[in-house]
Amino acid sequence: MKSRRPNAFFSVLLVVCFAGSMLVESRLDQLRPAATLEEVLYIPSSKVVKRMSVGFEGLVADIYWTRVVQYFGAKHIENASQYKLLYPLLDMATDLDTHLIPAYEFGSIFLTQPPPRGAGEPLKAAALLQKGIRENPDSWRLYQGLGFIYYMELKDYPAAGRAFEQGSKIPGAHPFLKVIAARTLQKGGDYQTAQMLWQAVYESFNDGLIRDNAIKHLRALQVDQDVLQLEALARTYAARTGHLPAGFNELVAVHVLPSVPRDPLGYPYELFPDGHVMVEFYRELPFITQGLPPGQQPSDMDLSTRGK
Amino acid sequence: MTQRIAAIAANTFREAVRDRVLYNLILFALLLVAAAVLFGQISLDIERIVVINLSLTSISIFGVVIAIFIGTQLVSKEIEKKTLYTVLARPVRRWEFIIGKFFGLIETLGVNTFFMALGFYAALFYVSHGLHPSDLNILLAIYFIVLQFVIVIALALLFSSFSTPIFSAIFAFALFVIGTFADDLKNFAKLSEGTVHWVIAGVAYALPNFGSLNVISSVAHDQPITFALFANNTLYAALYSCAVVSGAVLIFERRNLK
Repeated sequence: MKSRRPNAFFSVLLVVCFAGSMLVESRLDQLRPAATLEEVLYIPSSKVVKRMSVGFEGLVADIYWTRVVQYFGAKHIENASQYKLLYPLLDMATDLDTHLIPAYEFGSIFLTQPPPRGAGEPLKAAALLQKGIRENPDSWRLYQGLGFIYYMELKDYPAAGRAFEQGSKIPGAHPFLKVIAARTLQKGGDYQTAQMLWQAVYESFNDGLIRDNAIKHLRALQVDQDVLQLEALARTYAARTGHLPAGFNELVAVHVLPSVPRDPLGYPYELFPDGHVMVEFYRELPFITQGLPPGQQPSDMDLSTRGK
Repeated sequence: MTQRIAAIAANTFREAVRDRVLYNLILFALLLVAAAVLFGQISLDIERIVVINLSLTSISIFGVVIAIFIGTQLVSKEIEKKTLYTVLARPVRRWEFIIGKFFGLIETLGVNTFFMALGFYAALFYVSHGLHPSDLNILLAIYFIVLQFVIVIALALLFSSFSTPIFSAIFAFALFVIGTFADDLKNFAKLSEGTVHWVIAGVAYALPNFGSLNVISSVAHDQPITFALFANNTLYAALYSCAVVSGAVLIFERRNLK
């Protein structure tokens, strides 16, 4: 009986104080984002960090890489327009551990994508991959990434072709690199090569987000090609009959088309009396440059995920 | 009741002050503060930043070491020397004993930090050729360091109430290190989904958060500390240490001392 009262009192105190501390901590978290994710790298020198890690630079590199992922994730969630610390953090992580391949592979993707999906710094992404290739010349995936950035972002098709070609010579490289290298050097800039590149990304990565992104780009390329072909078809019909078709049903009725064409999501394309073709739900098809409503600018943003 | 707790606290303070190891640690911390002055001189344009970073880090680390070193021995020493039986034979309850020890150790750490802070301000005065109004901001960082000590003392006391000094020290130090990275756990929770998210978030909030109490880098770069952060950190340290000490009391109340 003697010890029951303090026991009950301290049990209640423990529960109340613990719950209270959690509430205060959540308030502290709201107060501190500016402090914790501040755009300042207090120790910008990897040499200093290396010395300070007293031989455990591998572990410190892992911690920096984790920081990169957290920084990118936090910025991505808030739809940030700037990713100031992304490259310095990646540079630090890869200085500390030069063989940290995921940091080069994923880091270059984070750097390349335009804001708010990424930092929109393809030159820095290329520099990061070149550094990775210098340190890891046997990693064909780094050449693939470099070629991809040259092709898609920097539109430097000869450089892209050279990167793919060098990667294809590495033992164990995926056979498609040879094909892509040849095609890029011959026909840089066409839709088919771009499709091939995204298909290669889809097939060579296991990460769900990267594969999902590749699928969206593949769909967008398909839409762009479909719209251009369908508009050309409408113009040909107009040249033959003297008037533009009122809709796809007219083209189906005269057997120019077997059925109303559909976009990769299965929705029918719309043909307007002025000969333009539009997709019905353009927000569900990020990255498309054709088939958009009048005045709608092509967007690099994945609008389908916004507001969810 | 208050008198009994105060008497135990005063006795704990006296006992800690007699410990020679304690002086060695303080001396070592002060030496590091002095080393910061030399280190600052061989760096370029960041002497003041180096002095603040290195000194406050020394105060924090050595304070934590002292808190763990003394805190984990508080109960076991009394049992080993059989002095606990003498204390508990008097009209002193077990919970009063634990709370008295807790406040006694806070007093010890408070005095230690005061002297280490004096040494730090002397070093800062030497490097900056005087003190500036913005240096008062550093006092807040030192206050937050003391709040860290309060939580560490509570943890050390909790573990020492049921474990050996060595294991208590390991547990307390491990929790200090994990608690320093609590923000990383929360960020990790934000990026995960479903059950994993809730489990990690739960663990992150259950662990002590030393991240919000560490503003050393901010004050080194003259970034202001808001009143809201001051108030919430104070409240957090009070609530968390109160919960942990309550846990220590509950365990110690049930402990068989025969």
